[in-house]
Amino acid sequence: MLNYDYIKPESIKDVFSLLKEYGAEATLIAGGTDVMVNIRNRKLSPGVLISLRGLMDLQYINKNKGYHIGGMTTHRMLEQSELVKNELSALHDGASRVGSVQIRNVATIGGNICNAAPSADTAGPLLVLDAVVVLEGPEGKRKIPVAEFFTGPSTTVRREDEVLVEFDIPEDNSRYGSAYWKHSRRKAMDLPILGVAVALNLAEDRTIVDARIGLSVVAPTPIRALRAEEYLKGKSFREDVLLEAGRIASSEASPRDSIRGKAWYRGDMIKVFVPRMAKLAAERRGVI
Amino acid sequence: MKKVSVSFTLNGDPVTAEVPAAWTLLRTLRENFEFTGAKEGCGVGECGACTVIVDGDAVNSCIFPIPEIEGKSVVTIEGIADKDGNLHPLQKAFLDNNGVQCGFCTSGMIMSAKALLDKNHNPTEDEIRTSIAGNLCRCTGYVQIVEAIGMAAKK
Repeated sequence: MLNYDYIKPESIKDVFSLLKEYGAEATLIAGGTDVMVNIRNRKLSPGVLISLRGLMDLQYINKNKGYHIGGMTTHRMLEQSELVKNELSALHDGASRVGSVQIRNVATIGGNICNAAPSADTAGPLLVLDAVVVLEGPEGKRKIPVAEFFTGPSTTVRREDEVLVEFDIPEDNSRYGSAYWKHSRRKAMDLPILGVAVALNLAEDRTIVDARIGLSVVAPTPIRALRAEEYLKGKSFREDVLLEAGRIASSEASPRDSIRGKAWYRGDMIKVFVPRMAKLAAERRGVI
Repeated sequence: MKKVSVSFTLNGDPVTAEVPAAWTLLRTLRENFEFTGAKEGCGVGECGACTVIVDGDAVNSCIFPIPEIEGKSVVTIEGIADKDGNLHPLQKAFLDNNGVQCGFCTSGMIMSAKALLDKNHNPTEDEIRTSIAGNLCRCTGYVQIVEAIGMAAKK
């Protein structure tokens, strides 16, 4: 029989003191679409759930010297934000493809990232947007690039007394076009076989000024394909160049066989979707 | 058993429930209020049979912690016909268009569709399909369901 306490503090200071009071007994819950499922499946048996849903001030999307997204922002808010759609397109792609409307209405981006599934649909987009995670603990805030946030499947650098309060996304993303492809067997209620995100900064003469490539479900954590990115810089935006970048990105991945797809298939699909997402990113940037 | 007392609005009426803190909204609706229209299918937020509307948004009540309902407004399938018992246009359209087979997914389908139509009076077929993408029908009568929602939108 499930039996836990449920506490919904209204300030982050109260969250910290509750975490201190209950220690290992406590589990933080945001939208609950992972936590409640894990409890039901007996993977989690908390003595007390500490809800972050009282922290409504952590629910925002704004642009002010860069982009700022509160940790409690729901996927549905990201999906319906014109700012995210137009200027952080890859994140719009990722958030819109999580679960179903019912899930997106409650599931938060902070929860998606703290849950740290290698398949998280917002991870690849946040990687290519060069996002920084802002963690707050009793001693104050610290900032960690998303690229350094994940340490393995379901594990991150977040300490147990810290709350993910914000994502900071650099202002220069307004010069990039970006796109994310969730490769899955069905459109909704599925996890990706592979996730490919690309952000491109293209000059008017189609020279690639900068490129960022994020891959998910191909390693223990979502990764950047740094060698492929380096290869693209300074090159002309051409089919053969994009295909080569896809091949390099594929060589940087270490996918494994799973119920959703074989390793060789994931590797081959990286070669397909890196060029395709680069083209979509360029199109959104208005260069091609 | 650690209990909570929650007060909220259920189909327009103010209610209070004293239930275990570990209960979900679905369990509270079914076992405390005996509103059994919302169903438990998968129990993990995948099938949508438990869909209800909370503050205007469709949610999976099977993974909605009951303490979170404090102060909110919940609408279930039991609350959408009018006071005289006339069916909601969506209920009527599902009946008229054979949008119901075994019926297990129906209340969830209708609540997802209602959440859409309440905000969007003229949805595209794509928007209709997206709105019920989290509602699984094992009879696979999806075509009639999508058509029924389209018919209801016109009313």
